[in-house]
Amino acid sequence: MHEWALAEAVLAAASETAEKEGLRKVTEVYVKVGELQGVELDILDFAFSQLKAGKFKDAKFKTDIAKAELQCRACENKWILNRQKLDANTAEAIHFVPEVAHAYIKCPKCGSPDFEVIEGRGMLLESIKGVR
Amino acid sequence: MLTDPRVSIIDERLKDIQSIIAISSGKGGVGKSLVASTLALALTKKRYKVGLFDLDFTSPSTHMILGIKDVQPKEDKGIIPPNVHGLEYMSIVYYSGDFVTPLRGTDASNVLVELLSITKWSKLDFLILDMPPGISDTTLDLLRLVKRVKFIIVTTSSVLAFETVKKLASLLKDLQKPVLGVIENMKRDKSDTIEKEAGKLGFRYLGSIPYDEKLEEAIGYLSQIEKTDAARSIAAITLGVSFGKRVLIHAPDSRR
Repeated sequence: MHEWALAEAVLAAASETAEKEGLRKVTEVYVKVGELQGVELDILDFAFSQLKAGKFKDAKFKTDIAKAELQCRACENKWILNRQKLDANTAEAIHFVPEVAHAYIKCPKCGSPDFEVIEGRGMLLESIKGVR
Repeated sequence: MLTDPRVSIIDERLKDIQSIIAISSGKGGVGKSLVASTLALALTKKRYKVGLFDLDFTSPSTHMILGIKDVQPKEDKGIIPPNVHGLEYMSIVYYSGDFVTPLRGTDASNVLVELLSITKWSKLDFLILDMPPGISDTTLDLLRLVKRVKFIIVTTSSVLAFETVKKLASLLKDLQKPVLGVIENMKRDKSDTIEKEAGKLGFRYLGSIPYDEKLEEAIGYLSQIEKTDAARSIAAITLGVSFGKRVLIHAPDSRR
């Protein structure tokens, strides 16, 4: 359940932003969740529901999945990674540290491990809404 | 907006750790990992609570030195590092195994941020960081993300190694980062060149570790490592046992 740790990070970052923006109440927190990391949305939602307090008490937590798009630096091939095709151990390792994908995944065209995760690595705080 | 939320939780994750010490060098192959591992062990022997975190993500080796295998972190609202040989131990090898893990700078940065943000250390006296060599991404990220980190610089007796120490030292001085001192590793003679050079840089010379032929065969076997002259020297240096007044790591000002 390390989604909990990530949810804590989202709340910490959102608190900093709310403070900077002078929000006294936050109504919505929007998070993009990269598919590469395979975060369990149910667990994440549960963590948000348990952790929200103070100015986040009534906030809605909105999550969207971003597909994992990779591009090979050697041959420039782009592809979308399908996590369902990974074996369980590999999927779990990447779940905790997405960069270990470089240990297990190769460019399907040229076989290089030198690829870039263009989109959909992990969690990003997309926006927050609130009342000043 | 697109903010990476992980960075915002790092201070919270490290808040119960009294002292964070990076074992660094300007050059590879000077024995940082061995110093980091044996220093961490020596501190546990003094009943300190200690964590060891291998930050050499492409070439981790502390797990080999300490013979750590068949353990995994527990998952409980984050990652709980397993306690091995009395140390809370964290490394990318839990996830990369024996596979080659080629990482560019941005990837290494991401691994550091990820592991700092999800690892839940308990209350520690010391967190020892085994750094990758040089002053590239991981060193710069550590300086950016962990403001209160202190450094121990490891060098060999070679002027080539020490030349790179000067560059690392210059960076740390410019940034006003505390350097606890310099350790001279694999020393084969009685020359005091490195001690004098360290003094010129304004650094404390913590001591030397003799070149030890028996060390190689002890790697992976804790009880044998602890019997080597090298490990004894490290324990003596870091705990101020044989250097009398040079009590460093557990000096009151370094435990804040």
